[in-house]
Order: sequence, then structure tokens, then C-alpha cells
Amino acid sequence: MTSETVDRPGAINARPVRHPGRWVTMALLGVLAAMLVNSFLTNEKWDWAYTFQIMQQTPVIEGLWKGTILGTVLAMLVGVSLGIVLAIMRMSENVVLRGVAFVYTWFFRSIPRYVLLGLFAVGLGYLYNTFDIGIPFTDITFFTLDYQAYSSTVWVGAFALGLSEAAYMAEIARAGILSVDRGQAEAAQALGMSPGQTMRRIVLPQAMRVIVPPTGNETIAMVKDTSLFIAAQITLELYYQATLFGSRAFKVMPGLMAATLWYLIVCTVLMVFQSKLEKHFGRGFGAHAPTKRERRVTALLNRTGDH
Amino acid sequence: MADMPLVHAVNVTKSFGANQVLKGIDMDVRKGEVVCFLGPSGSGKTTFLRCINQLETIDGGRIWVDGDLMGYAEKGGHLHRLHDKDIARQRREIGMVFQRFNLFPHKTVLDNIIEAPVQVKGEKKAEVTARAYELLERVGLADKPLAYPGQLSGGQQQRVAIARALAMRPKLMLFDEPTSALDPELVGEVLTVMRELAKEGMTMIVVTHEMSFARDVADRVVFMDGGVVVEQGDPKQVINNPQHERTKTFLRRMQSEHEQVIAAVADPLGSGQI
Repeated sequence: MTSETVDRPGAINARPVRHPGRWVTMALLGVLAAMLVNSFLTNEKWDWAYTFQIMQQTPVIEGLWKGTILGTVLAMLVGVSLGIVLAIMRMSENVVLRGVAFVYTWFFRSIPRYVLLGLFAVGLGYLYNTFDIGIPFTDITFFTLDYQAYSSTVWVGAFALGLSEAAYMAEIARAGILSVDRGQAEAAQALGMSPGQTMRRIVLPQAMRVIVPPTGNETIAMVKDTSLFIAAQITLELYYQATLFGSRAFKVMPGLMAATLWYLIVCTVLMVFQSKLEKHFGRGFGAHAPTKRERRVTALLNRTGDH
Repeated sequence: MADMPLVHAVNVTKSFGANQVLKGIDMDVRKGEVVCFLGPSGSGKTTFLRCINQLETIDGGRIWVDGDLMGYAEKGGHLHRLHDKDIARQRREIGMVFQRFNLFPHKTVLDNIIEAPVQVKGEKKAEVTARAYELLERVGLADKPLAYPGQLSGGQQQRVAIARALAMRPKLMLFDEPTSALDPELVGEVLTVMRELAKEGMTMIVVTHEMSFARDVADRVVFMDGGVVVEQGDPKQVINNPQHERTKTFLRRMQSEHEQVIAAVADPLGSGQI
């Protein structure tokens, strides 16, 4: 070793910090995991074969698609669109609209969804057999809906859940709209855009960047809340159908696990979808590769453009 | 009213709460004229500009643009506030360029420019796109139609903002401190575009701190302070030989700031006394 290398420090070869706590927790978790696997393998009541069988039964699959997934989609469509309308009403200069939006939010946030489903399906069906559209206080009717035929369908269940969801979406949409710089609306107004155009074309698309992530969470929560459909006596739904198979065969846990596994799969897919949406609405807010439409426009301009 | 000025403002007043920002402004701007508004911040010049296209509602007085009473209709001796849609229609004729550009960040440069002509005037997309290309050429950004505003420098963004306003074929252009948010080396490219525009005969009202631009390009300079017009006239007259004490103080301060900038540029290490 020459004196130069002593003067000038070389590569660092230090001892790393020890983390004994990590090893202890890892060992503990390892034991717990082993216990769980042991239970899965040795306790025959798990009955995985039967669980997977239940997952593939036609009524279960049908409940998944026509109850859980369709119900979630419909409820969120109602919730998001009504929520945006409520948010705009909350920020309106019109006192009446502001008041209505406030009362709506107050009411629907205070009612448990389970109770709300009962109110809509059972309660309204008890009050009225049909809904008529016509001129109030006269006998003139344009359209009659046989409510009894619909009260226990996914349509009414999703509508009730959607009304509840709108109360939460209103706050999310309001936060999103307020997050857009005031200068954006001014620029749009200065270009002669009407308040409606300004909201639709300039403010809302930018608000989406803030609205989408919490809406994803709301959607995932909604998937789980469709399991409340039984309060409206809606039986075409994943949880009810899966547990029905379980209880009929006296295999409770396989029935519950069939539902659990399906919920896990659906929510995982939704999370992937959500991150895609976030990327879409985040465009213009960071570097990104050109989209299909932009490439098409470039090609078009190159063909026509000798400016 | 053949000889009515393009902008005709009489006794305009405006308050924010207890603070009266405009205390009776009279202002005429002829067609093709370039008028620069100077004055310390808080003097009301930006507010007056925003009153012209109704981004602020005025408390008193009247503003006509091309013979149109802005924001109101006079019927049977009464003023009636116009509906939002009618105010929007009045604004189509007036382009505005903001200090902070306010480009739509979720749209490409091209979509920023064609948005209003297509959505507001209902023009054909292909026609507007062709015009957008000509405008981009004019502001020196023909190679950027598909960039997003966030990918451009401040100077480029402001030039897009000018092209966006011009796409509506306005009769009048309002500039609200268009270079104040820019790095010093980017100011020139925006002023060059504005000079060209003035040369082509566009009627322009410019709120600015750029003395050399006001001196070289403006037909008239208006000096505002404390919500009133203190002094106005020929640019060289007002800037080189101001009559009012307040104008003189302001111009002296601008001059010393200007020298400081020059000194800072000449001495980037900052060793000199500033």
C-alpha cells in the first residue's frame, strides 16, 4: 500500500446497519402464514374445490354480471352525472339552486344505503303500485310505469345507490372544479364562450384530473355496496347467489369465499382501469407520448399542409 | 355615428368592497390606434382593461365598443343587464391576452387556437385549422401545433395565446401585462409579434411596463395613478417630458429599475453594487 492511497480514500466497504427487528417480524409473519396455509390444507371445511365450483355456477356468474357489475355501472353513472350537476348547483349564483343542492347532500348523506334501498324498493312499492306521468291533479296521464314489476330489480337498486352516491360525488366534483385556475374560465369567457361551454369544454376536463382518483375509490366501494341489494329484495347479485349455494349445501365458508374471490378479482381489474384513466386525464400535465389522435392529425397535416 | 371611436368609455367607476379602483375614467380609442397604459401597480389600469370586455362589471359610467353598449341594453330609459349569452357574444369581437397566458393545458396548441372559432362561431374545423396554421406561422411557432402548453417556454406560450385570440378575428386586442410573467430573455419575441400586429393596423390597448415598446409602438400613452388618468398624449412627449409630478416619479423609478436590470445583465456575478 503506497502513501498516496492512504491519503486519498478509496471505495467504501462499510458494514451495513443491522435491522434485527425486521428479522423478528419476518419470522413472526412466517409463522402466521404457515398457520394459515396449514388451515387451508388440513381443515377440509374450506373445501376449495367446492368454492371454485360455486364461482362458476351460472346463477353466480349471472349475479356477478347483471347484479354486481351492471348495478355498479348504473349507480355510478347516476352518481357521477347527478353529482356534477349538484356541484355546479352548489356553486351557482342562484340561491334556490344552492339551497336545493345543500338539502340534497344533507339528506342522502344521512341515510344508510341499506335503509335507502329498503325505502325505495319496499317502501315506495307499498305506497304506490304505479308511477304515472301526466298533469298533476287531473286524470290526464301520458305514461304509466308498473312499479311493482320493477321494485325488486337491479334498476331500482342501482338508482337508489346512485342517488346516495351523488351526494358524495357532489363534494368530489366541487373540489375538482375549484382546483382549476380561475384564469382558465376567464380565458374561455374572453374568447366569447358561454358559461355552459366554459364549464363543459374547459373547466370540467381539467377538473377530471382531480375528480378521477377519488371516483375510482367510490366505484370500488360501490362494487361492495351492491351486496346490500338484498335490502331491496334484489336477489340477482353475487353475494346472495354465492352464499345461497353455500348454505344449501351446508358449506358456508366455500360460499363466502366464492363471493370474496370474485370481489377481489373485480376490484383488482378496476384498480388497473383507474390508473389508465388517471393517465388519460393527466395529459398536458407532463411529458407523454403522442396519442393515436395526435399521430393522425400530424399525418393529416403533413399530407395537406404546405403552409 | 360614423366617427364614433372603437372604444368609447365615459366616467367609468369600479370598487372592490370599500376600495374604489376606478374613479371616473373617460377614454376614447380610435380604430387602428395603439394605446399603452402605464402606471404603478394598483393604479387601476388592469381593472379598466378587464372592464372593457366585462370580465369585471362596472359600478358606474358606460363603455361602448364599436357602438355596442357593453354588458347592458338601454330600453325605455332603463338599463337592463344583458344575459350571459349576450355578453359572451359581445366578447367575441374582443381578443384578450393575459399576463399568465391562461392557455388551456389539456389541449394542444392547435386545439387551443381552433377551440373558440369552432365552438363559439361554429366555423368549419378544416377552415379554422388552416387559419391556425397561418397564425402559428406569423407568431413563429409553425413547428409546434401538437405540443401541449406545458411543453413550451413562457414566450412561446404567450405567442400561442396571441394566435388564439387572433383566430377569432377580433376588432380590438387587449393586452394585460403580456410580458410581465416572462424571463427577461423571452420578452423580445413577444414584443416582436405585438409590433407586427400594430403595424398591420390592429387596434390595441396594452397595459405594460415596457417603456421602449410604449415609446416606439404606441400612438398614445396613458398614465394612470390612483384610479384616475393623470396624463396622456404622444408617447415621446409623456415619457421624455412628463408634465405631472406623479408621472415623473413613476418614470424615474422605472428608469432606475431598468438600469439595475442592465447592470445585472452586464455583471451576472453580481459583484457590482445593485
